[in-house]
Amino acid sequence: MTRAQARSVPLLLALCIPAASFAVSDADVEALRRELAAMRDTYEARIGALEARVEAAEASAAARPGSPPAAAQASSSAFNPAMSVILQGRAAGFGRPEGHRDIPGFLIGGETGVGPEGLSLSETEIDFSANVDDLFYGFASIALNQENAETEIELEEVYLQTLALPEGFTLKGGQFLSGIGYLNTKHSHAWDFVDTPLAYEAMLNTQLLDTGVQLNWVAPTDTYLQLGAEILRGEGFPGGGGAHDGLGSGSLFGKLGGEVGDSHTWQAGLAWLRTRPRGRESSDALGNLYVFDGSSDMLIADFVWKWAPDGNYRERNVILQAEYLHRWEDGSLELISPNGSFVEAYRGDQDGFYGQVVYQFMPRWRAGLRYDHVWSDNRSDLPGLPRGDASQRASLMVDFSHTEFSRLRLQWNHDMGGIRGDDAVFLQYIMSLGSHGAHTF
Amino acid sequence: MVLGLVLVAATADAELRVLACEPVWAAVAKEIGGERVHVESATTPQQDPHYIQARPSLLAKTRRADLLVCSGAGLEVGWLPVLLRQAGNAGVQPGQPGFLEVAKVVPMLEVPTRIDRSLGDIHPDGNPHTETDPRNIARVAAEIATRLAAIDPAGADVYRKRAADFDGRWRRAIAVWEEHAAPLRGVEIVTHHVSWAYLVQWLGLVDVAHLEPKPGIPPSAGSLATLLEELKQRRPKAIVRLAYEPERASVWLSGRIGAPALVLPHAPGSTERAKDLFGVFDEIVRLLLEANL
Repeated sequence: MTRAQARSVPLLLALCIPAASFAVSDADVEALRRELAAMRDTYEARIGALEARVEAAEASAAARPGSPPAAAQASSSAFNPAMSVILQGRAAGFGRPEGHRDIPGFLIGGETGVGPEGLSLSETEIDFSANVDDLFYGFASIALNQENAETEIELEEVYLQTLALPEGFTLKGGQFLSGIGYLNTKHSHAWDFVDTPLAYEAMLNTQLLDTGVQLNWVAPTDTYLQLGAEILRGEGFPGGGGAHDGLGSGSLFGKLGGEVGDSHTWQAGLAWLRTRPRGRESSDALGNLYVFDGSSDMLIADFVWKWAPDGNYRERNVILQAEYLHRWEDGSLELISPNGSFVEAYRGDQDGFYGQVVYQFMPRWRAGLRYDHVWSDNRSDLPGLPRGDASQRASLMVDFSHTEFSRLRLQWNHDMGGIRGDDAVFLQYIMSLGSHGAHTF
Repeated sequence: MVLGLVLVAATADAELRVLACEPVWAAVAKEIGGERVHVESATTPQQDPHYIQARPSLLAKTRRADLLVCSGAGLEVGWLPVLLRQAGNAGVQPGQPGFLEVAKVVPMLEVPTRIDRSLGDIHPDGNPHTETDPRNIARVAAEIATRLAAIDPAGADVYRKRAADFDGRWRRAIAVWEEHAAPLRGVEIVTHHVSWAYLVQWLGLVDVAHLEPKPGIPPSAGSLATLLEELKQRRPKAIVRLAYEPERASVWLSGRIGAPALVLPHAPGSTERAKDLFGVFDEIVRLLLEANL
């Protein structure tokens, strides 16, 4: 039926209907009925064909590469960075009054210790991340800490990272968690225990966070090989003072990893950190202040092995993780105590090890066991400085994650020697709001 | 010297490398690329792509990939961003020809109007399990051919020919599956997770219930009891799950309502008889027809 014929149909109807009211012949009525039925059929066929064409057009529009999904709408919020807020809080019980944060034989930084007893908020973390453009990715993490009824705002990681360097290179700049060791880059909400291992507490003030640049290279090989180097300002413990015109620390690290079948995967790493602290302060429970100038070097070896049946982590999996840290420090140490001030040469040799296993025995439930051991051999003529000592600790934890966004954890720490020398129990929650963060291996 | 070795290694390795996040896209890429491409899958059919670790081996594969093919729509949100950021591969970043997100080239179902995590693991861009409708496979195959031709212009003719050949065979196969599956229209099924929305739409099945009380939340004794009560009014013909989903809940329900518990393949190799892409849908149709007897 052509367009002209279609236009004539209403006219035809207009003529027919009055005509039908005069003509009473059955044959005429029958003829009209047939004509109308024929017209209806033609129209239905045309509508069907049109519908098919619309459907086809819609399908091809949807299938066209790069076309936005139907739900995408133009709005200013579409460019907002991914944002997440991590809520952490806990209840803690100690066998001894709090205040003991010393680790015998170690000059420690300000972040060590088991934290407050009773109910308390742990760090609240606010993360923003997005691709800045096609060349850069940006990440900012702000930590809010509640201490003595006051809220402290700390900048944690704030960095940019390149996305488009050739040949497997990536450059990171800003303030970030150093790439040394395995646990050092993990934010507190991704830890498998409430606290860091003793070795990290004693020698890295829980974690090495500093300002600087990091260059990474991933080799084009089947076995994963990553090499990295950092130049850091030298404020982050065991550095201090931002010495050497703000280029006080540097590190080299490498990681190697692969898998055995579908079920096993492993990664091993080796790192060397060199810092030149100037005026690095450590205090102890007796009110003494130690100020260190000199060099501090550290080697870290780490190993992680993960197992999941057929590589399907949802049901069951095991994570085995161990790190060994060795640090040697050379320089002069000043002791400022109520009895006066003394300066002597200082040479410290310190070691730390931890090994842990975390077993997800059924969906959402995990249990973990960790063993910590740190020991030191320090040489100095300063009065009162612990020459050498060892601490051991065992930790047991169980956690439950209803979804990957919520986690409740119960942990028991048992000190097996050393001056903290007592047990601690923690009940902790970790809740993630907002965008789903991806986790590193 | 190291750089020299790298350059030698890079030139010796002229083959194009495709890394698929899920095995089904690896199979499609193999159909289009043939001998010209080296295709790997980041996951096996036995692995739940929601729960993958950004493993060292995957970083190594991402580092060398020329084309990444991933379901997208948030399915790989827990690991793919880490691979993209850490592998140092500029060519496979989002927005580059080397990054193909399937959710951007197929019509998406179940795009939520309300986004709230209390509703379970909701994907704001829609249901990411697009591979269970063979018409989507055809769309992705065409897009892979376009991308491969853009990345490797020397092979453009090969990709175009192979894509046309595959498209012809695939469309004929779809017609056969649709004809065989005609009796399945209106048949009720129960599914473990929301993985089958696209199959349900394609074959006109009716997905009456999920074993998971909310997407991503595993079924509990309580939620299964409630589900059993709800199903009293219904007569589902099958309880359907993926190869990587635990069998407990579907076997339990099967024992009570009499419908068989089926593992339907979603990729070559996910069940014994689903040996290739064609076998996947042969099996899906065969198993559902058998259950419907």
